Amino acid sequence: MVKMTDLPIKGGFSFDLCTRNQMLLEKGLQMPPFRKTGTTIVGLVFQDGVVLGADTRATEGPIVADKNCEKIHFMASNIYCCGAGTAADTEAVTDMVSSQLQLHRYATGRESRVVTALTLLKSHLFSYQGHVSAALILGGVDVTGPHLHTVYPHGSTDTLPFATMGSGSLAAMSVFESKYREGLTREEGIELVAEAICAGIFNDLGSGSNVDVCVITKGQTEYLRNYQLPNPRTYISSKGYSFVKGQTEVLSTKITPIQPKVETVGGDAMEE
Amino acid sequence: MEFQRMVDGSVSMKDSAKSEISSERTLYPYVTGTSVIGLKYKDGVILASDTAGSYGSTLRYKCVERIKQVGDHTLIGASGEISDFQEIMRYLDELILYDKMWDDGNSLGPKEVHNYLNRIMYNRRNKFNPLWNSLVLGGVKKGQKYLGTVNMIGTHYEDDHLATGFGNHLARPILRSEWREDLTFEEAVKLIEKCLLVLLYRDRSSINKFQIAKITDEGTTIYPPYALKTFWGFSHFQNPSKGAAGTW
Repeated sequence: MVKMTDLPIKGGFSFDLCTRNQMLLEKGLQMPPFRKTGTTIVGLVFQDGVVLGADTRATEGPIVADKNCEKIHFMASNIYCCGAGTAADTEAVTDMVSSQLQLHRYATGRESRVVTALTLLKSHLFSYQGHVSAALILGGVDVTGPHLHTVYPHGSTDTLPFATMGSGSLAAMSVFESKYREGLTREEGIELVAEAICAGIFNDLGSGSNVDVCVITKGQTEYLRNYQLPNPRTYISSKGYSFVKGQTEVLSTKITPIQPKVETVGGDAMEE
Repeated sequence: MEFQRMVDGSVSMKDSAKSEISSERTLYPYVTGTSVIGLKYKDGVILASDTAGSYGSTLRYKCVERIKQVGDHTLIGASGEISDFQEIMRYLDELILYDKMWDDGNSLGPKEVHNYLNRIMYNRRNKFNPLWNSLVLGGVKKGQKYLGTVNMIGTHYEDDHLATGFGNHLARPILRSEWREDLTFEEAVKLIEKCLLVLLYRDRSSINKFQIAKITDEGTTIYPPYALKTFWGFSHFQNPSKGAAGTW
């Protein structure tokens, strides 16, 4: 009998569980809801590098799950990535590629390039056929210059001078389309990014809270966490809140001692 | 419910609402117009839209006037099904005609027309046979500026600046941050053109042929269609896949 040679493990999506999943759905299984980031993320290229921006609200359906989450993820010291879509997916995918980039840096002895991160991300997302719901804006500066890319959940990418993603992307894009020009200075770039994120925060329900900005130039990266806080708590009592005894009116009092009700029916006393 | 005589002589009941062959209610729109933007300025109200009538994903008609005058005091702009807009214009023209026939010196203002339109739209939706439109109504009567909207399910409200369809997502953020009470006509047109340009870039069913209409106490002017200048000269568009093979 001829022994079957071991076939190499193929990558890509494994369809083995699809029939079982379909059967479960038909039986009425409720999938747990994804925690989405319902986001506004933006990036633009200015004369010396790239500026990335993001809001800080993470939603679980109609509820705000995290008021101040971090959507700008570290990939390399010169490459950062904003993520929209399912929070777990964006975290996992950016962490994974960040580790792969570090190993690659050890192997090559060179600074990571943005296209490397891009290729790793897009090939991973494509092999999962869109089930890894991560929409990313990848930006960085390497030896070849400043780069800005968008990556979609199915694995396609764009190379753009300015980009927005997430539920607030239309509001942010309206700001970019009307105000972006080539050769912006650093201050103008940061201001435009903050304005676009604010448009998303105030006009989109899935985005909110604060503005995070990250400026990447050749040799230097500045991660400006909570660059703007346009949603402060406005109605805090300046006197503070104290709940003094007697503040609430007592209508009636009934005290029931519990001790006499407990009866021990033989047996050993409990150890310790 | 009606009785139907079948071929073999037996009688069956046919529920017309459930009949697949002859539907007596609107199910989906066919020829559609995209966004309309409206805003109040110092002297009155401005409405703007493009002149496209799309048949699904085909740009079938490029000369559709989606902003029309209603009586002396109102302008109406429509997005959605064009045939339903034409029907609405028939209702409104009839309303204005009957009002004129009274010849009592009174004329219907934008508030009244809006209310009438509300009732029509809401009643049609209750019969599951909507007029598939989102409408913007703007007007001035006796110095009072009015800008309101009503859509196919009967939702209606007024504001200082309004948009339908994609305009809600792309134009309203700009208007929310840049609109002021005392815009002059030139400033208002510049602001509207800013919004129209963003819509041209980012709405697939819009075309570069726009119509602006203004209404003041003096009267109505619907300007002839014109095009906006677009900019495509970003250096990144020259050779986008140079550093990253496989990008668009």
